[in-house]
Amino acid sequence: MAFIASTALNLARWQFAVTTIYHFLFVPVTIGMAWFVAGMQTLWHISGKERYLRMTRFFGKLFLINFALGVVTGIVQEFQFGMNWSAYSRYVGDVFGAPLAIEGLAAFFLESTFLGLWIFGWDRLRRGVHLAMIWLVAIGTTASAYFILAANSWMQHPVGYRKVGNHAELVSLEQVFFQSLQLTHFFHTIGASLLTAGFLVLAVSAYWLRRGRDLELFRGAARGALMVILAASVVVIIVGHFQAQILTREQPMKMAAAEALYTTSRPAPLSLFAVGPWARHPSRTNVDIVIPHGLSLLATSSWNGKVEGIDQIQAAYRAKYGPGEYTPIIGTVYWTWRIMVGIGFLALLISVVGLWLTRGGRGLERSWRFTRWTYAFLALPFLANTAGWLFTEMGRQPWIVQGLLLTRNAVTPTNSVAAVGITLGGFAAIYAVLAGVEAWLIVRAVKAGPEEDYGFEIPEDAALPPLVY
Amino acid sequence: MLLATGYFNLESLWFLLIAVLWMGYFVLEGFDFGVGILYPFLGHDDAERRALLGTIQPVWDGYEVWLLVAGGATFAAFPGWYASLFSGFYLALFLILLSLIVRGVAIEYRNKHSGEHWRRRWDVLLPVASALTAFLWGVAFANIVHGIPLNARGEYTGDLGTLLNGYAILGGLTVLAAVTLHGALFLAVRTRGGLEERARTAALRLWFPAAVLLIAFLGWSMYDAAATSPRRIAVVVLAGMTVLAAAAALPLAWRRLTGWAFTATSVAILLFVATLFLWLYPRVLVSSTPGVPSLTIFTTASNHYSLVAMTIVAVLFLPVVLAYQAWAIWVFRARLGREDYAHPPNPLDLLGRTPLGRKAEPEG
Repeated sequence: MAFIASTALNLARWQFAVTTIYHFLFVPVTIGMAWFVAGMQTLWHISGKERYLRMTRFFGKLFLINFALGVVTGIVQEFQFGMNWSAYSRYVGDVFGAPLAIEGLAAFFLESTFLGLWIFGWDRLRRGVHLAMIWLVAIGTTASAYFILAANSWMQHPVGYRKVGNHAELVSLEQVFFQSLQLTHFFHTIGASLLTAGFLVLAVSAYWLRRGRDLELFRGAARGALMVILAASVVVIIVGHFQAQILTREQPMKMAAAEALYTTSRPAPLSLFAVGPWARHPSRTNVDIVIPHGLSLLATSSWNGKVEGIDQIQAAYRAKYGPGEYTPIIGTVYWTWRIMVGIGFLALLISVVGLWLTRGGRGLERSWRFTRWTYAFLALPFLANTAGWLFTEMGRQPWIVQGLLLTRNAVTPTNSVAAVGITLGGFAAIYAVLAGVEAWLIVRAVKAGPEEDYGFEIPEDAALPPLVY
Repeated sequence: MLLATGYFNLESLWFLLIAVLWMGYFVLEGFDFGVGILYPFLGHDDAERRALLGTIQPVWDGYEVWLLVAGGATFAAFPGWYASLFSGFYLALFLILLSLIVRGVAIEYRNKHSGEHWRRRWDVLLPVASALTAFLWGVAFANIVHGIPLNARGEYTGDLGTLLNGYAILGGLTVLAAVTLHGALFLAVRTRGGLEERARTAALRLWFPAAVLLIAFLGWSMYDAAATSPRRIAVVVLAGMTVLAAAAALPLAWRRLTGWAFTATSVAILLFVATLFLWLYPRVLVSSTPGVPSLTIFTTASNHYSLVAMTIVAVLFLPVVLAYQAWAIWVFRARLGREDYAHPPNPLDLLGRTPLGRKAEPEG
């Protein structure tokens, strides 16, 4: 019985991981590309230069192909809490439901309605009004990120609630929406989204620069993408630093696991490369290359600051919450953290190199090697996004809501292994097919290139054709 | 003030709001479903099919959000209802999710490639997924009002088979027929030429089966409601008004007043959802297990602070949403015809298509 229950629990966890990671392949592209396309169209609006119009419409098409999958996989996310995690929903619904409902009301309506107006409104709306549509889409997608991240921040660090009987009640929506973890969480995610879209624009531009078509258009796009990557990576790194300091206070176990720091240390060294015994919860590291004082400096901003270790936190949690294992899987947390952070710095480096190559109006196509590497670089932000979420969610285990509710007590008690297995298999299968379909469509749209040069001055009141026919 | 009278409470307000969200969903996405089911049959070639789909493409996504907000509002206002409903109707909701995914992707991707096989495949998937979603929503709502086996903790104890009982299947078929009729009338309003005529003919043909199913389902429901609903007279009156509104669609469509016929089916769908919710109130999931009480708004609601906060947010945002969705309908009011899609767009069209708005002439 216990085995079956734990299998249903594991399948439900796998389902959440698979559907969420998949959903979040598309979400950052949607958020980031919305800002890119809005920026491009604004450039056209201000300068009147036709290449910005063609840029807008070309990248707009890629944005749309991606947007569709973000939408349809998002519905699964909302339903899943009730379907697989009904005990969780009962326990936290008072608090957790509010941001979800507000997300729909304030953000999803906005982005979906105005996206329709943007795609099909080219020949229906005045230019300025039409430009406002894409800005509203960008605001909507970004607002939706804010609300859902507030819900997630609450799972990492519950605030603004009180425990009544066997559930949590909301006492302050402001605290849920404006706690410091949430503010860093939001800017970190938006930065990552712009970074992701930046690498997409860069790779696509490199493709056409290498083929020598529309040089002026794609040089501009590539240069813009590199500047966005530079700015976004700086934001992601700086915000991420403060976010980690907050996490060290609010989720010490997660950060101790991220650094494989077993004993509370003062000063604490920064681990660069550690290997432990091959076990779920190894109690030590075998190899650990460190920088002395490094972690103290980063986590506490002081040379000899004290950082708590896994063993001490585990003992404290036992005393507080009763017997049990309160450490996440150290190896996963340690390495996902490093992949995410490493890619953040790599992105910064790539953008600096790219900007150097394009200095003073030089075309990026002059570097045959760099343009080819941009295709490989495209994988980086997706890896970093996925690693970041795995770190955030797996680092919180065994809790589903830190300190309040254990994941194993949150699952729907009545679901059979077969039922969860069927839905997991079903979603995985359809998602795999859709990934293929989307990739194929995107590659086709990229290879089709921008629309032909119009070859004449576009009249101010011209009705441009909608993006999709 | 209202609170003091005892006839008003936040739980009831949120029950009403959720009912309104479902009404919006079924009226708006209802014709999306109908268009999705009908377009391969009414459109004889690709240009016609694109014209038919073009009536919903700019707006369908905004309508699907009504469902997301209904779900989110249920989660926020009645966590106990959300948890029992979504975990209870597990496999049914899984099928709904799959069809919603296929539907959304079909609408968005069909026209992004012009290959014949590609489009033919979506032309099969979209009608099937649209029909399945509409049918399954009917099944789900029939079960919610009719009663399902629950245990003492309010958890569903049946399986997918339990949900597919005779009454629920009748409910599913009723919703399927209603949205198909609704979609046909919508197309008659939003297209011109041969498409408009074909859509109107389809609506006239669909009216009879839809009416028979609606009367059968509401008849069975009223027989049931007479025994179980706390306010049977009001429920029966609403059900009667639903039938009258639906009945009015036939003569109106016959006399080519398709705009009014579409209004009639919109009102009928609205009243239909209202009937079910009024019958349900103040329960949210009816228990068919003897000795186990039904879930009600009072046993499943969030705390007072949550409901107040959510009410403020809803009051601020819902009117704005209604305003811009209405504006979107206005922007896309022009009737579409085959000729709009017969030739691929050409940049040179730009020169012939000025000034702005000439193409957007309303009312053909």
